[in-house]
Amino acid sequence: MNINLTLVVQMVAFAIFVAFCMKYVWPPLLGAIIERQKKIAEGLAAAEKGEHDLVLAKESAVNTLKEAKAESAKLVEQAKKRHSEIVESAKDDAREEAEKILKGARAEIEQEVNRAKEQLRAQLAGLAVAGAEKILERNIDAAQQNDIVEKLVTEL
Amino acid sequence: MATENGELTSAGYIQHHLKNLTVCHTEQGWQWSGADNNYVCDGNFTAFHVDSIGWSIFLGVFFLWLFRRIAKKVEIEKPGKLQSFVEMIVEFVDKSVKDTFHGKSPVIAPLSLTIFVWIFLMNLMDLIPVDLLPWAFHAGGVDYMKVVPSTDPNITFGLSLSVFVLIIFYSIKIKGAGGFFKELAFQPFGPWMMPFNLILEGIGLLAKPVSLALRLFGNLYAGELIFMLIALLFTAGIGGAVGGVLAHIVWAIFHILVIVLQAFIFMMLTIVYLSMAHEDH
Repeated sequence: MNINLTLVVQMVAFAIFVAFCMKYVWPPLLGAIIERQKKIAEGLAAAEKGEHDLVLAKESAVNTLKEAKAESAKLVEQAKKRHSEIVESAKDDAREEAEKILKGARAEIEQEVNRAKEQLRAQLAGLAVAGAEKILERNIDAAQQNDIVEKLVTEL
Repeated sequence: MATENGELTSAGYIQHHLKNLTVCHTEQGWQWSGADNNYVCDGNFTAFHVDSIGWSIFLGVFFLWLFRRIAKKVEIEKPGKLQSFVEMIVEFVDKSVKDTFHGKSPVIAPLSLTIFVWIFLMNLMDLIPVDLLPWAFHAGGVDYMKVVPSTDPNITFGLSLSVFVLIIFYSIKIKGAGGFFKELAFQPFGPWMMPFNLILEGIGLLAKPVSLALRLFGNLYAGELIFMLIALLFTAGIGGAVGGVLAHIVWAIFHILVIVLQAFIFMMLTIVYLSMAHEDH
């Protein structure tokens, strides 16, 4: 066992190697490892967040669908109601219209009857006058006997 | 190969394998150590183990070059295979540091990474067939070549003493010189037992770098030695060769565990010691 200057040279070499390692080797290597670990952690977090978002989106889609269904059901209900209302009101209108038409018709008929009665009365007056003329065998002054005729007519 | 009187002996083979390629300063100037000058560098403090320090620096540079190459073009979205492997090591070291060390220090994690990978690479040299590189260098005219730097106590003590310097530095930085002294002098007994405390804690403190270095050195040195002994089996006839191959496989597989484990233990203990230095009692 010879201890000699080899030891000193080894110590110097050791110091230089450690200094080099400290400055140029260790920091970039460990830095890369740490950065990769960070990236992986970020990636995992992003994946988790994506999954979470997906769940949320699914939930909201289900909710929207439910709402839409409820809305449409409500609309259908309303439409049915409106439909029956319209039908009801149409029936009412029709009934009214029919009644109105009926009333009109009745009024017209009445008028017609009245007119016919009027004509009949006038004709009857004429006939009565003619009959009376015949009976008297003379001409009655229409103007003179008009009041009698008028009286007769109103009595009819 | 070592020959003594032109003859290859087992003892000679092993002794030769345990010699470093050494250069040192003597009265005659810089000299290579060798059998011809009776290993002139032994016991000379100015000596350099050219093989240990060469392989050690080569492996350290290889480690930094590889990791720097990955760090420069690091991909966050789709890392390549090599990058994933490098990141795995970095994450492992980072986790080990965070589990044990609770302070905030920009040095400890890169220090641990350097220790772990560098020592692992140095230990890994042990799995290269024990004679291959020495043989190649011998062919190139270099007579001595120890290829596993962590079987050289200079290398392991170089590492552990650096860690020791850091322990002292952080102890003083965090607790102050007085606080550090108090920790050594007033524990585990009260101030009235100060000399005893100082001896006890001083030994405890010094034991840290010594145990770090000797553990690594001992494990790898023993492993290397056993590889050499197994290699010697090949000279013992056909039975020895078959047994040698089997023993080699078994020991090499077991050694895969040892080299990683020793690198890990060195790193882990460094972290523990430094976190102890950061803690105020």
